[in-house]
Parts: sequence; structure tokens; C-alpha cells
Amino acid sequence: MADLKIRNLQKGFDGTAIIQGIDLDIRDREFVVFVGPSGCGKSTLLRLIAGLEEVSSGHIELDGQDITDMAPARRDLAMVFQTYALYPHMTVRKNLSFALDLARVGKQEIETKVTNAARILQLDALLERKPKQLSGGQRQRVAIGRAIVRNPKIFLFDEPLSNLDAALRVQTRLELARLHKDLQATMIYVTHDQVEAMTLADKVVVLNGGRIEQVGSPLELYHHPANLFVAGFLGTPKMGFLRGTLNRVEADNCDVQLECGTHLTLPQSAAGLSVGSTVTPGVRPEHLNVVSTGAGRMQVTADVSERLGSDTFCHVRCTSGEMLTVRVRGDFAPRYGEALTLDFDTAHCHLFDADGQAVAKPLQQAA
Amino acid sequence: MNSPAIDTPAAQASTPVARKSRRLAPGWFLVSPSVALLLIWMIVPLGMTVYFSLIRYNLLYPGENDFVGLENFEYFVTDAAFLSGAGNTVLLVGSVLLISVVLGVLISALLEASEFFGRGIVRVLLISPFFIMPTVSALLWKNLIFHPVSGILAAIWQFFGAQPVDWLAHHPLFSIIMIVSWQWLPFAILILMTAMQSLDQEQKEAARLDGAGPIAIFWHLTLPHLARPIAVVVMIETIFLLSVFAEIYTTTSGGPGYESTNLAYLIYTQALLQFDVGMASAGGLIAVVIANIAAIVLIRMIGKNLTDKQ
Repeated sequence: MADLKIRNLQKGFDGTAIIQGIDLDIRDREFVVFVGPSGCGKSTLLRLIAGLEEVSSGHIELDGQDITDMAPARRDLAMVFQTYALYPHMTVRKNLSFALDLARVGKQEIETKVTNAARILQLDALLERKPKQLSGGQRQRVAIGRAIVRNPKIFLFDEPLSNLDAALRVQTRLELARLHKDLQATMIYVTHDQVEAMTLADKVVVLNGGRIEQVGSPLELYHHPANLFVAGFLGTPKMGFLRGTLNRVEADNCDVQLECGTHLTLPQSAAGLSVGSTVTPGVRPEHLNVVSTGAGRMQVTADVSERLGSDTFCHVRCTSGEMLTVRVRGDFAPRYGEALTLDFDTAHCHLFDADGQAVAKPLQQAA
Repeated sequence: MNSPAIDTPAAQASTPVARKSRRLAPGWFLVSPSVALLLIWMIVPLGMTVYFSLIRYNLLYPGENDFVGLENFEYFVTDAAFLSGAGNTVLLVGSVLLISVVLGVLISALLEASEFFGRGIVRVLLISPFFIMPTVSALLWKNLIFHPVSGILAAIWQFFGAQPVDWLAHHPLFSIIMIVSWQWLPFAILILMTAMQSLDQEQKEAARLDGAGPIAIFWHLTLPHLARPIAVVVMIETIFLLSVFAEIYTTTSGGPGYESTNLAYLIYTQALLQFDVGMASAGGLIAVVIANIAAIVLIRMIGKNLTDKQ
């Protein structure tokens, strides 16, 4: 079992609040990803859970036991560091067995556990090597192996893939997902890479400025972002935002007058907002279309285009200055400065109020 | 790193050409004056020493400079002073190395582990003895610390009602080991402290999560990390400690008897107290051989550790 409860956790360094009151529940066997921009406190939160930083106030409970002030080694957690932090002068075998040696576990048991971890991670042939004789990916696996031999309640990963090259990162990501299924383990994973967050997580925790912005399954966050920050943070390329004013509010739809002149009717309620208030409609690149002149809703000017082969991401500028990104076919590439007409998929439009909070969920369901 | 299969044919083909062109290249002519100067600088004194060691050359008997073969070496080695001088040298080098490395590791570990007000000042203070001239520090120790009447140690002994000890007279080699250790400990601290700062913090954190306490971290992480800087300290200190002279000259003058005479001081007494330049030259050559043996052993032992990429 590994149920982690975090209650009103706060952490400050020299008077600067890094973590500003976090409440979070992590259930057994969940793969939880902390994601956020640099400096949002995601690594600090992980280190607080690991016990490498002292908590300023608040509580951390593991299986009903308060571990807030417990020494890191006694928390029954294992951590995989960004730089792997392998012990350079020890062989792979010694690296794997170090924690067990310190705990004075019997030789036979150590041997079994090390062999088992080495088999899971395909390190069998490398056991007598030193870390400097290993490649980046192999070091990564040793670091994970060091966590596995301890059979911890929770695995903590601090940006474990950021030192690998792109191809290896994709491969290791898959291996991690498989490992999570095979070990039936609870894992907490910190990353700034939203692709890792979306692909690995059962539950994504989006952090910003030391606060939790939203918690939910990857698709829930993708389809129902709670606020402008989450909407802009998840999804590549980013969601486009427009400025507008509400000029009609009904029970199941509303009209928005965009600053660039276009008039939108969104099939969602804007309950609680008054006519005339400022709103920010958001639309993802895949929900915009370039249409032939005249049929569309909005006139824009093409900026640069990024051609990926399968798709082209056209960056376009509205007449009122906002930038939008449109995903189109890979063979379509507008000239720089060309005038285009865009069509909205209004069913997939998001609407945010003046404070950046999502007004109402779009009608379609997640997944 | 490179696979020999790829490397060898190309290297074989290009080597003679490369060597020929290098010999003719202007670079060789341009460095030759400094190389020649260095060679002369080394070979002339060495040649003169070898020459002096093979003739009778006593300043008290001018003109009697006949060739005597290896007689000087024989007398130097069979002299009672040689054995005690060699023994004292080994004892001095060994003890100072031990003291400076062990204390150096402990002090720098403490300094690294604790955050306290004025740590920067303490660092400077710890390193400052290194900047004091050997003669000055020897005189400081002789007159302010070891002196049986006015020294600090005498005052402490008297405070507890004990008879003050005349350190330099009764424990001469021990006293000199103390003085030299005091001078060389800062060097060890300087090297080890900077090395300790380069220890990866994440490794320490990983060890903490693995259940290692401060002592286990020190033993399993810090000490192995310091292997290379300790090798540097041992190598450099050995080179300098083999030739300790000023500290002995200003305090005990090698005495009483030969109790605090090392090889360097013995050579000095032969040349400038007994005026036997021939014997002193023979002693000097023996010292060169010993220093080279020490250097070769050290490089065999430690040098691999130094060039080995981490």
C-alpha cells in the first residue's frame, strides 16, 4: 500500500515562498506526474516528499503515518535523480546493493534482489562495470535499479529523462510506463516536458508559482483546462487565445464579440458572467481550419509556418494582434504575409473569464 | 578510445612523414634556445657535482684534488650520520604526510559540513601558515611555543604544575615534524577543501535516501572522491619534504648528535661545516637517486590514478 496525503504543505527559502499551501492525495499504484514551468516548485515538492528538504509548515502522511519530519531513509521511498547520482567508484552491482548493505540485509537476499533488478532492467552483463564505463541510458537504468532493489512504497523521479538524447528519451519513456505496469508500483514523476506528463501519467498535477493549478487525468486536463495557465501549458503547439467581450448570455449558448471584429456564437453557457464583461476564448490549433476566402469567420495574416511533414503549423496574426496557431495538412504552406481566412470549430472553443478561470466546459466529453 | 583497427594503418603511414616534417619545422628551431638553456641549467650543475664527487675536494686542503673514484660515496654511506639522516628523512616525510593528509581530510570535511558565521575567515586562517616563510615559522615555534622558559607549552605545563619540557633538545625530530606539519597542513586543506566542494550533492542525497548516515557518507562517498586530490597532496608534499632544511637549520641545527639531521642537512654539514665538497657532492647524488626512486614509486602508485579519466 502507498497512500500519500499532503495537507497544506508550505516551504520557503530565505523568506521566499516556494511551495504555497499544497493539498494532494496520491493513491496506491498511481503514476502521478508533477508538471510545470521552471521554478514552479515541482522539484521542491518532490524533495519535500523525499525528505531532502525540511517542510516549513503542513503535513505529509504515508499510509496514515505522519512522515513530515522523518529522516529520508526511513520513509521507504526511493528516488531517481536527474543526474542519476550513481556512486562513481562502485561497480553497478555495488551501486545496486549499497542501500541493502547499509541496512545489513543478508548476503543471499541482496544477491537475489540485485539479480532480479538487473534482470528487469537488462543490466545482467554490466554488473561488474563502473558507472563511467556505461552509456547515458545504461546509467539511467542503474539509477532506476537502485530504486527497485529497495522495493519502496513510492518511486520518486526527478526529471529522469532530461539528460538523454531524444530517441533514447522516447524509448526510456516507454520502458518506464511498462515498468510501472510490471511492478504495480506507485510513482511520482517530475518533469517540465508535457509529452512525458501526458503519456505516462494516470494523474497530472500542474504546478505554477508554488500552487497547484489543476489535478486530473491527462485528457481531462487537455479537454477541460480549469484556467488559462493550464490551457496554455498543455498541448503543443499552445492553445491560441483571443480577446473579446460577451454581448449575449443564454442558458446553453453565448455570443462573444472578438476584438478583431469577428462575432462568435459559442454552444456553451456563460452562466455567472454579465453581458459586456471581458472574456478570453481559447482554441487549439487542431480546431482551426484554413478555408477559402469568404466562407470563414476571421481574417488573419500568415506569419511563419513550421512544416513537420505530417502536419504544418501555421502561425497567424489576427487583425487585433493576437497570435494563433493552426494545424493544417502537411502539404499546405502559406507564404509569409499571405492573407488567410480561418474557420472555428466552436464546439471545441474554450472560454475564460477576466480572471483567467474557465467559464464553462465545452459540451463534448473527454476521451 | 579509438579502435586500433582504424587507427593503426593511418598512423603507420603518417608517422615517418610527420616526424621528418616536425624536425624541419620552424617550431623546433624556435623552441631550441629555451630547451638548450634548460638543458645547460640542468646538465652543468649535475656534471660538476658528478665531477666533484669523484675527486678529493676539501676546502681545507686546497690543491689536493686527485681522482679518488667512488671513495667519497663509500665514506658518505658508511658514515654513522648517513643511516640516521636517511632514517630521519623517511620518518619526517612519512609523519608529516600522515598528519597533513589525515588532519587535512578531517578539517576540510568539518569545514564543508558545517555552516557557521565567519567560515570564510576561518578558511583564510587555516590556509595562512602556508604563506609564512619556513625560517620565520621555525623561529616562531622555537621561541614562542617550544621555548622551555617563555614558550606557550612551558606556560601550560607550569599551569598544571608539571616540569616544562625542552622540546627541541629532548624531542628534536618530533618538534621538527610538528613545525613542518603546521606549514604543510594548510596545503592539504587547500587542495582537499576545493576537491570536497566538487562532490556531487545529488550523490550525497541519494546516499541519504539509501540510508547512509554522515559517517557512512564520509566513508563511502567523500573519501573515494578525495582519492585523487590526496594523491596530489602526497606527491607534491613528498617532493618538498625530502628537502626540508631551513626548519632544522634555525631550530636544532640537526642535533643533538644526528637526532634531527636529515639528508639535506647532512649534505649541508659536509659541504659547509666540514668543507668536504667531494663528500657533499657524493651525498647530493645519493639524495638525487633517492628522490628519483621516491618519484618513480609515487608515479607508479599514484600517477595512474591521476591520468585515469573519471
